[in-house]
Amino acid sequence: MSTVSPSGTRMDTGEDIAALETIRRGIRFSPELTEGFRTTLLLAVLAAVGQVVVPVAVQQTLDHGLGAAGGPDVRFTVLMGLAAAAAIAVTGVASYLMTSRLFSTSERGLATLRTKAFRHVHDLPLLTQNTERRGALVARVTSDVDQVSQFLVFGGLLFIVSLGQMAVATVVMAVYSWQLTVVVWVCFAPLFLSLRFFQRRLTAAYATVRRQVGAMLSAISEPVVGAAVVRSYAIEARTQRRIDEAVAAHQAASTRAQGLTAFSFSLGGISAGLANAGVIVIGIQLGLAGELTAGRILAFAFLVTLFVGPVQMGTQILTDAQNALAGWRRVIGILETPADLVDPGETGHDLPRGPLDVRFEGVTFAYPGGPPVLHDVTLHLAAGTRVAIVGETGSGKSTFAKLLTRLMDPSAGVVRLDGVDVREIRGGALRRSVVLVPQEGFLFDDTLRANLRYGRLDADDAALEAAAAELGLGDWLAGLPRGLDTRVGQRGESLSAGERQLVALLRAQLADPDLLVLDEATSAVDPALEMRLGRALEQLMRGRTSVTIAHRLSTAEKADEVVVVDGGRVVQRGPHAELVAQPGVYAGLHASWTAQHGDPAGSR
Amino acid sequence: MSRGRSRSTTRRGFAVLGVAIRRERWVFAASTLGSVLFGALTVADAWVLGWATDHAIVPAFRDGEVGTGVLWTVVALFVGVAMLRAVGIVARRLGAGVMQYRMQAHDRRAVTRQYLALPMAWHQRHPTGQLLSTASSDVEAAWGPIAPLPMAVGTIAMMVIAVAQMLAADVVMAVVGLLVFPAVVATNLIYQHFTSPLMTRAQALRGEVSEIAHESFDGAMVVKTLGREPEETERFAAKALELRDVNIRAGRIRAAFDPTLAALPNLGVLVVLAVGVSRVLSGATEPGDVVTVAYLLTIVSFPIRSLGWLLGEFPRSVVGFDRVRAVLGATGEMAYGDRSFPHPDRGARLEVAGLSYSHADDQTLLRDLDLVVEPGRTVALVGATASGKSTLTSLLARLVDPDSGAVTVDGVDLRDLARGELAGTLAVVPQTAFVFDDTVRGNVALGAAVSDEAVWHALRTAQADGFVAALPDGLDTRLGERGTSLSGGQRQRLALARALVRRPRLLVLDDATSAVDPEVEARILAALRRDGGSDGTSDDEAAAPDTTLVVVAYRKATISLADEVVFLADGRIADRGTHAALLARNPAYARLVNAYEQEHPLSDEPAGPVTPGTPGTPEEARP
Repeated sequence: MSTVSPSGTRMDTGEDIAALETIRRGIRFSPELTEGFRTTLLLAVLAAVGQVVVPVAVQQTLDHGLGAAGGPDVRFTVLMGLAAAAAIAVTGVASYLMTSRLFSTSERGLATLRTKAFRHVHDLPLLTQNTERRGALVARVTSDVDQVSQFLVFGGLLFIVSLGQMAVATVVMAVYSWQLTVVVWVCFAPLFLSLRFFQRRLTAAYATVRRQVGAMLSAISEPVVGAAVVRSYAIEARTQRRIDEAVAAHQAASTRAQGLTAFSFSLGGISAGLANAGVIVIGIQLGLAGELTAGRILAFAFLVTLFVGPVQMGTQILTDAQNALAGWRRVIGILETPADLVDPGETGHDLPRGPLDVRFEGVTFAYPGGPPVLHDVTLHLAAGTRVAIVGETGSGKSTFAKLLTRLMDPSAGVVRLDGVDVREIRGGALRRSVVLVPQEGFLFDDTLRANLRYGRLDADDAALEAAAAELGLGDWLAGLPRGLDTRVGQRGESLSAGERQLVALLRAQLADPDLLVLDEATSAVDPALEMRLGRALEQLMRGRTSVTIAHRLSTAEKADEVVVVDGGRVVQRGPHAELVAQPGVYAGLHASWTAQHGDPAGSR
Repeated sequence: MSRGRSRSTTRRGFAVLGVAIRRERWVFAASTLGSVLFGALTVADAWVLGWATDHAIVPAFRDGEVGTGVLWTVVALFVGVAMLRAVGIVARRLGAGVMQYRMQAHDRRAVTRQYLALPMAWHQRHPTGQLLSTASSDVEAAWGPIAPLPMAVGTIAMMVIAVAQMLAADVVMAVVGLLVFPAVVATNLIYQHFTSPLMTRAQALRGEVSEIAHESFDGAMVVKTLGREPEETERFAAKALELRDVNIRAGRIRAAFDPTLAALPNLGVLVVLAVGVSRVLSGATEPGDVVTVAYLLTIVSFPIRSLGWLLGEFPRSVVGFDRVRAVLGATGEMAYGDRSFPHPDRGARLEVAGLSYSHADDQTLLRDLDLVVEPGRTVALVGATASGKSTLTSLLARLVDPDSGAVTVDGVDLRDLARGELAGTLAVVPQTAFVFDDTVRGNVALGAAVSDEAVWHALRTAQADGFVAALPDGLDTRLGERGTSLSGGQRQRLALARALVRRPRLLVLDDATSAVDPEVEARILAALRRDGGSDGTSDDEAAAPDTTLVVVAYRKATISLADEVVFLADGRIADRGTHAALLARNPAYARLVNAYEQEHPLSDEPAGPVTPGTPGTPEEARP
């Protein structure tokens, strides 16, 4: 655990996924999105048609009903009025149904996506989680997902409808004059070609925006979590500068992307201008050649607007979609980052109850791009033994614990529990049987009761109190003014570091594991309590295999076997009494320990 | 929020926009101008077509020929109008973007300034994930309506002109047609009424989703080791699904609102037609006037829709704005005085007088504490777990202020000190080290102007030079967020170096070496020991020679360095004196610090003298 891994495993940013591919993969993760798609599309078409029918009906009423030669034609006016009313009703109902269906499928799909991404973050190795900053990870399951919703409701489907409208408009135009239709398409060709160019730019621009959102949230979350340090070192100004930089970078990226969007969108209008001019100029030429009449040219000019409308709508959706797609890509990026620690699932082995036999066979571990932290460790810990692992800070002790509990997998070699490769043990079974108590027990912002139950979900108050009593912590629990109802605060910060360790131990006690791994689990409690806990833990270890990463050699003295790690290798092993008599690393550690707890003041 | 309910969301929405318009009036003016330009040129298109009909098409078919000049004029007019319209689009959209992002950035800077200024007690009540959500989602929501704003404002001009023309054509029909407007207002009120509570809930839920995600990712290690991924996912999913349901309900209302607004002008046209026909039949009006009014009403329909896009954003905007204001309006910032320390060049004198402090839930943590530490002296704070030691160190660092009594340094009450003054004098190394997402150098210097030599020197004293030198980029190695890629002991030593590099006059170590193993701790202690150990390994003077030292400790080697030991029990000073004296007269103290030996008496071993300068050498080994 001594090496940082700047080049460590990275979360997939998903930035290189193409637009259609993003949608395809997005749908694969959120199958709800395609539910009832045909009906919704039908409603969309109905709404689109209705939108055209209403003005036409009104137009007809005005021209032929009211303005009919020889006075208003009441009958026609009433008929057309009724037709228009029907069209208004159909349009309204169709677009209501369409939009509410879209909201429903989108939100359901996104909730699924969010939850899957959240779950996948937990399935990633701790290593990957560490390289991705916490705030940025939160952004991926919150803000990035939120971006997608607008596009799904107001974008995706309308884009398809726009394409349909363009096709219909093209056909109608072609019926009037195929030559002028070609002119219109030629005028729009540069726009369609430039779209590809702009899409690439926009994709990059919005990828930057989303990345900056993550960076910004990280910059904001850090001083909030580290509020105490920021205050006690009075580095508010520096911290604010870092946040301001992140905010400014996000602002700049957003503005740039918006500029590109506006520019790209404005090109549609220029193409429309060209098309109008082309239709008139070429139309006149064709007319002079006897191919067209003046009326047809004018009629065609109006048809062009039927084509331009959906083109502009489509361009707008396409450019606006880039922000959504960038967010979508990042969420998909999480889901497609391989979970290195693959749970074999239901096909995996179960572990029988009872103390576990532990074997390390040629285990080597290195962080990506770093030197090995453990070298070729081969070790057998018999079932039911109490083992202490000792060694200097940075010798590889914690790595040992993490491999044992499968928080990481070895770079080479195999870790076996009861003869089974840990990679082949069902995740649930492994966590049931193997529990690691880390140095810094994390507490959730909830009651003490809820935090203790983390160890065993169905434990009632009596069970919690019994566990505390067994570990000799009954007094501590009774001494808390609100007992089990005590709120522990964020990260458990209302409790002292020592008390947080007590909670972690109680959780392990409740979890009742067959292999208990303690990683300096009592480093922050007072000596008297630690010794009391030590005795209680001995009780807890009975009938289980236990591995204790010890920084106090009193623990080592009581262990059945001591394993001494130095420079990533096991250099000594055996009972305390035997090791302390040999010259070597252990004797040195022991001397230092005695020096610490000997009493120099008294000896002077 | 209750204040918000009592006023209408629409008015409050406009008020929020007013804030933005006042702050960014020029950008707003530019984008509105762009929008007006766009609107005008859209109308101009029809005019150009008319011109082309009159001057090119008609003459061409009449004369059987057409001049090249006229054709070029047609092209120039169409393309010119299109270009100008493109300018309008860019101005409108970019302007709206600039305005929106400036407002967002402004609020984010303001909100994070509050986060940094508000006291620890406030932070303890507000989960990190919630604060992240306010800085991102709430700020975004607040300024959401800026995007459709220029378009809406730009089209209002169109609406005014159309209404004037309608009135000119036929007052009765115009009034009938104008009934569309109260209908729009009513529809909007109904929409806001049903949507506002949903949006309030949705923004709150966004905060809660963010809160669970942040906490859960923060505690990933525990989640993983106890195999609680399914439960955590369920906890997250419950909120995500609640947010989904609220969003779907709000979406249904939005789905009804948009088409209703779009239909209103059309219905208006139908009513005008009905009234118009009867008026034409009774001879009260001409058919042409009916056509004009009906046509103008259809023109109005577009501005009404764009107004709808604007109004549709209001409920979320108002809620976001309120949530941001709640943070900006939070009080309780620490007040600072203007005093500085009189003797900035020698060890500080610490005095604690009548100090009491209790937790928010009335749990008294410290009671009436009195304590004096003279310059250059070392005091060890010893006490059982949860006896109030860490609370005391928070008070010394002024992370919190006492309920009564005072902490004074060099005779100055901490509350009278100017902002930043205390940090220049006192350094606290906490129990749980926090590492920033920065390089090693950045983590140690924290922005202070210190040389690399000074950084290395502090790292050496903290026994951190070895592992730092082994990092791939040495001082330039970036450490992950919260430094999780370092071991606990390494983080503690980095935090120690961070304190030492500032050469504090008062150094407070809150069990700051608990995760460091004894051998390394011994070396750190040796380096910190100012008046020399038995072999005088005083090669280091990272702490100024007479730095005052307050150490929370359990290990006897650490305690024995102290000139005085203060024994804390239940938030009071139970006893004080030298280690030897306390050991002799206070059985509770002896039980606490001798726990290891009592468990496993080292009776056969003469304790010390030890050579902390060369610990870990095997010659100390005992058979």
